[in-house]
Amino acid sequence: MSKRKAKKTHMTVGACISQVQTILRERFCHQMLPEKPVGMESQYKHLLELLKRTAVHGESNSVLIVGPRGSGKTMLLKCVLRELLEVTEVKKNVLQVHLHGLLQTDDRIALKEITRQLNLENVVGDKVFGSFAENLAFLLEALKKGDRSNSRPVFFILDEFDLFAHHKNQTLLYNLLDVSQSAQAPIAVIGLTCRLDVLELLEKRVKSRFSHRQIQLLSSLSFGKYLDNVISQLGLPQDFPDTKFSEEWNDSIKRLCEDKAVMAVLQKQYNSSKDFRSLHMLLILTLSQVSVSNPSIKPADLLEASRVCGADSKANMLHGLSILELCLIIAMKHLNDIYDGEPFNFQMVYNEFKKFLQRKSHSIYNFDKPVIMKAFEHLQQLELIRSMEGSTANIQKDYQLMKLMLDHNQVMECLQKYPQCPTDVKQWAMSAFG
Amino acid sequence: MPGQIQHPGYEEEKLLRVSKLLPCRDVQAGRLLALMGEPEQYSYPSIFIYGHRATGKSHVLHTLLNELELPYATVSCVECLSLGLLFQKIILSLFGSDCVPLLPRSPSLSDFVRVYKQLCVQSTAKQTKYIVLDRADLLRDMEANILPAFLRLQELVEDNVTVVLLSEIVWEKFRPNTGCFEPLLLHFPDYSKDELQQIMCEDSHPSYTSELYSAFINILLGVFYSVCRDLRELRHLAALNFFKFIEPLEKDEVKESDIHRLWRNIEPHLKKAMQTVYLREVSSVQWEQQQMAEKEAGALRGLSAHAHVELPYYSKFLLIAAYLASYNPARTDKRFFVKHHGKIKKNNFLKKHEKTSNHLLGPKPFPLDRLLAVFYSVVDSRVAPTASVFSQISSLVTLQLLSQLGHDDQLDAPKYKCAVSLDFIQAISRTVSFDIVKYLYDFL
Repeated sequence: MSKRKAKKTHMTVGACISQVQTILRERFCHQMLPEKPVGMESQYKHLLELLKRTAVHGESNSVLIVGPRGSGKTMLLKCVLRELLEVTEVKKNVLQVHLHGLLQTDDRIALKEITRQLNLENVVGDKVFGSFAENLAFLLEALKKGDRSNSRPVFFILDEFDLFAHHKNQTLLYNLLDVSQSAQAPIAVIGLTCRLDVLELLEKRVKSRFSHRQIQLLSSLSFGKYLDNVISQLGLPQDFPDTKFSEEWNDSIKRLCEDKAVMAVLQKQYNSSKDFRSLHMLLILTLSQVSVSNPSIKPADLLEASRVCGADSKANMLHGLSILELCLIIAMKHLNDIYDGEPFNFQMVYNEFKKFLQRKSHSIYNFDKPVIMKAFEHLQQLELIRSMEGSTANIQKDYQLMKLMLDHNQVMECLQKYPQCPTDVKQWAMSAFG
Repeated sequence: MPGQIQHPGYEEEKLLRVSKLLPCRDVQAGRLLALMGEPEQYSYPSIFIYGHRATGKSHVLHTLLNELELPYATVSCVECLSLGLLFQKIILSLFGSDCVPLLPRSPSLSDFVRVYKQLCVQSTAKQTKYIVLDRADLLRDMEANILPAFLRLQELVEDNVTVVLLSEIVWEKFRPNTGCFEPLLLHFPDYSKDELQQIMCEDSHPSYTSELYSAFINILLGVFYSVCRDLRELRHLAALNFFKFIEPLEKDEVKESDIHRLWRNIEPHLKKAMQTVYLREVSSVQWEQQQMAEKEAGALRGLSAHAHVELPYYSKFLLIAAYLASYNPARTDKRFFVKHHGKIKKNNFLKKHEKTSNHLLGPKPFPLDRLLAVFYSVVDSRVAPTASVFSQISSLVTLQLLSQLGHDDQLDAPKYKCAVSLDFIQAISRTVSFDIVKYLYDFL
């Protein structure tokens, strides 16, 4: 008996790693719901109470969940719904309609989607409705049960709520909130948004029908809690098949989080953003380096991941420019310094470049103007410089006003890293006056 | 094999083949593969890969997906005029051609997601699906909801899907106003000079030794590397110019080992190629023909060098007048064109006060009256202001040598700007033996 058990719990390192990857990837990449939302207990309770009242007592309600991106609005809602649906009575009774501002871009599509999600396509059939309100009323009517007095509660979940406010006349919002105000079918309208000023977007008649209940998700996580969260995010669950491996893994994670360099990286991450989504990005990059030959997370892995995450993408692009293009950028930088950020045109850049060539360059060949123009256009294609004018029809290419989309430091930093940068170009860039 | 890509989820043999197909990109391929994980594991919902043109972004991705036989759809956003096409292509490559009719005509994003979900429920495959969107910068020009939706497609369709965006433009330029799901950023660095050499030597000509070809590439890079690092363009140039390079060998004038003489032979040609083929002023075919015909024709010139337009006599003067009116300040007209300008001293007359040059700032607009006044003073014979002169002005506008400002309805005082370059106007004035530089304030 005991022998069999021992056999069962022992797996090869390869299998263990693969298992670890599967579990952790589901956490980081698939937004798997945690056991309990971290750091938002009061909001959780509030929302649960609210939805319970709709589900059980048939009270209509409307609420907005507001929080920055990645703060866990959807996660909170899903956790609440998960708990709510554990009650069988509720599960049997409640209907859910999920709408997303990115998908349902106008009210016609939204209404179609509502019909579909409520499984009322055959009921509606080929009926023609006079107005939107009539259509919605019909849909809600159809939900009423056999005994008439009582209709099933419906949760309307509107993700990216602010986008719905841009629909024509805000008809959908008006009607939904109107139903939630008047004593019709019990519905709960739950909006999720990242815009704090979302109420300003609503028309007066829509605003007055909204309950003004807002749940704010402003993370007040301390760094200690944040660190605990990192450990629990990386940790393996109790039911991991190979207990020995999982214990070792969890220990190594604890040790990892005590490392000085790792702490510094996490502190930096915490200071820039407390949300878990950016943390997940860091952790998935770290996790991707775990393999059979490297069976636990080393501090170096995390440092490498943070380097990849925090790389300045414009500097990366500058690194790949040809020397001619780099020279043009330097010329633009000088123009910016001289004229205090005023826009410039190709002719000026060309002139500046020519001056450099005449005065001190030995390493750079004198190119034809069209060749330089091509380099200039390439920079424009990469959006490192941007045209100031809206319409370009009337102006010659040489004289279009442009703006450099890089700042002084980015250019200088790039020069340091640029492979085999000629010294005279470097000196030209350093010199104060072109 | 240096830097072999390794991953437990895939067969050794396949990985070996992959790394053979991806020279100098094993770091990137390895990282990408590590991110993708085993076929059935989740990958990050959206990955944004950026890097310069021809740094192997699509190549690496396609080779990986193709050789490892993963389900994927790849769409170039240039091809997708309408959203419908984009959705159709994705459905077609992920689920097969039978499923395309499920999409309604001119589908919205909502339809796409609905159909996708429906198809997902039917299929049992659990492998990560990949949607590769090439030239993703064009997604920004489509409807505003497309880019954010693709970034969080995994959440929207509730399937194991990863969207990979490829672009030359950095992510900062993509981010919408209210933010969106942030993709994982991966950078593909440019090839270094040695790497370029290594890759380009792979297409060496079978009838010549690889050392010779490598020497040729070295010369080519010497000329072009400071201007262009685009592998594709360099390879094109190499293919076009190789035969010129080996011409002396064919004729038995030079030995293969005498690289220096070969270099002396080819270098001027490469410099000429930079002025012509590289700028697309002549097509590749024309370039080859020109090279063949060159022995008789002498010097080879680009399109811009012999770009001249045949114009009527007065039109030429009108254009010259327009150029002068555009680039000279109006108050200097008196100095240039009034014959008896009173008692202004000669050195005062020629003195310049401003430092800024109009040739840096560009042409200024001028009214029709001024154009005609300048025209009468530069043209040598007396011209009556007839309809033919005015119609020549409007035909210059049609030819886009002049551009009219404001609306067409300003009949009494239309304003124009001259839209030709100094080289062009100098060529024109030479044909009527008029020394324009003498009349330009910037060149006093």
